[in-house]
Amino acid sequence: MTEVSNLAVSCVGLKKHYSDVRAVDGLDLSIGLGECFGLLGPNGAGKTTTIEILEGLTPRDAGDVTILSRTWEHDERELRERIGISLQETQLSDKLTVIETLTLFRSFYRRGHEPDELLRDLSLDEKRNARVGKLSGGQKQRLAVACALIGNPDILFLDEPTTGLDPQSRLQLWDVVARFRAGGGTVLLTTHYMDEAERLCDRIAIVDHGHLIALGTPKELIAKLDAPFIIEFTSEPHLDENEIRAVTGCRGCTRRGDAWQLRVDSLAVAVPQLMGAIDARGAKLVTLSTHAATLEDLFVSMTGRELRDA
Amino acid sequence: MPEPRPPIVELTLARMREFTREPEAIFWVFVFPLLLALSLGFAFREKPPDKIPIGIVAGPHANERLAALRASPVLLPRIVSEEEGKLALRRGKISLLVTGDATPVYRFDPTRPDARAGRIEADDALQTAAGRKSIFKSTEQHVSERGSRYIDFLVPGLLGMNLMGTGIWGVAFSVVNARMRKLLKRLVATPMRKRDYLLAHIFSRIGFLIIETVALVTFGWLVFDVSVNGSLVTFSILCITGGIAFTGIGILIASRARTIEAVSGMANLIMMPMWICSGVFFSYERFPEPVKPFIRLLPLTALNDALRLVMNDAAPLASISTQLAVLAAWAVLTFLIGLKIFRWQ
Repeated sequence: MTEVSNLAVSCVGLKKHYSDVRAVDGLDLSIGLGECFGLLGPNGAGKTTTIEILEGLTPRDAGDVTILSRTWEHDERELRERIGISLQETQLSDKLTVIETLTLFRSFYRRGHEPDELLRDLSLDEKRNARVGKLSGGQKQRLAVACALIGNPDILFLDEPTTGLDPQSRLQLWDVVARFRAGGGTVLLTTHYMDEAERLCDRIAIVDHGHLIALGTPKELIAKLDAPFIIEFTSEPHLDENEIRAVTGCRGCTRRGDAWQLRVDSLAVAVPQLMGAIDARGAKLVTLSTHAATLEDLFVSMTGRELRDA
Repeated sequence: MPEPRPPIVELTLARMREFTREPEAIFWVFVFPLLLALSLGFAFREKPPDKIPIGIVAGPHANERLAALRASPVLLPRIVSEEEGKLALRRGKISLLVTGDATPVYRFDPTRPDARAGRIEADDALQTAAGRKSIFKSTEQHVSERGSRYIDFLVPGLLGMNLMGTGIWGVAFSVVNARMRKLLKRLVATPMRKRDYLLAHIFSRIGFLIIETVALVTFGWLVFDVSVNGSLVTFSILCITGGIAFTGIGILIASRARTIEAVSGMANLIMMPMWICSGVFFSYERFPEPVKPFIRLLPLTALNDALRLVMNDAAPLASISTQLAVLAAWAVLTFLIGLKIFRWQ
């Protein structure tokens, strides 16, 4: 039973469909206490449905969900006291001030933080008496996270916490998440930002069409890529696919618009060969770039689509 | 650290703050009913009855008839050509046309009460001028007591209508707005008790109800001399019960609606029959007898009837128990059904 009690969140065989769409199609996840776990996937992958089922807000069609060794069916009130939630796209009341909003949420919990202290921690103390409607996007999002943290939860659920935020606001939010973890908290977040997942999460589950397609630490996932480097180029005229696949060490290629993307074992071997192929064709190189493979590349290689606009 | 206040208190405060920070809401709840009472009060203010316009066809007897009819305080005679007179009669500019040579002939539409009254008055004036003697001398007593004027009927009706409108709109809009913003979903993701959220709407409504009722009653008293003749305790119990009944209806209307349009349509659909049937501007006594029991079960009818009894006839609490029971039934049933079928997401 020790194994069970070390888990913050677990689900087995989770399924949910809306009319004819299978939003979640047999998902198994286990998240340990103190872990930061990321659900990564494009829009429509089933991330929000999954996290809202785990939050006890959306009923599931099949599967078992256990949160802190409890179930929503038996211990809803107890669980509500112990988890903090930031939903995607919640608009808090525009007419209330920041401190009024936070004090309201504080009143729902038996124990929790002092609202003014939390505002200081989240750098919102200057906006203490401002109406929520007057806040910037980043400030609103930090207030939403403050409302999730006010009950001093054991688990923090964040659904796309930084979508649409400017870089500075994203950094501030990452900082908030890091401090919550430093206090021993468990985090489950969804995102479609690679860098966010790589930077914040201990482990990542990549989901697409309601399926788990990869699971592991960011390093393990990148290591799963059959080739560690990526070459992107465009030429005039285009090269054919068989000409590109002929490059030594090429593990695969994808065409996106005018550009070809190659996954290769070694840049030192592949780049000169590619130049040779372009010359042989009598074509002109227009653009060329190379980088070490990221999670984004893993997703592209596994699905043939990009995360952000898939 | 100060002890946090209970959620029901914080929710009620939040609701009151949201409301008072909405300038449009202040206008519709507090200013609009006063403007409505003012304009209607003046339109139906007490004034001497209009004189009945009468045409006399020009001819040999026209001038002596004019003099005789002018002697009557309720007639407004003038001499017209025959053609002109018929046209004026047809267009309703005069109620009666006097023609005929030696003996008068009265032309009028007998379905019009003022034409019939004009015929009796005109004939009486002409007979008297011709020398008829009254057999006895009768006297008149004119009645215009407080409590029996139109404004005494109107002010309680407006108060009831206002409590209905603000109860239903105030709650329905706020709930649907919170649902559209996914704020309801966010709230149920906390340990908040769902019934606290709905009760907070009722409590904040009671707060505003007191302000709007005091404003309207004071206004009616200062401007139109309409006062609460019954006990203020009975009056308060009645207003609060009525307010809660309409808040319950507002919760029920808003329990499933996902858009402002849907909730507006539903609110109008529910309020329309009561605007017409529940005796706001005119008594529902004119409706056919078989439908009256149903009209009396409408919450606004119960509230208006009881308000008039308390304000005009100084009725004690016991004599409005039927109406209070109707209102309480609406309050409890709508709240429980609304809570049961409420859509939180």
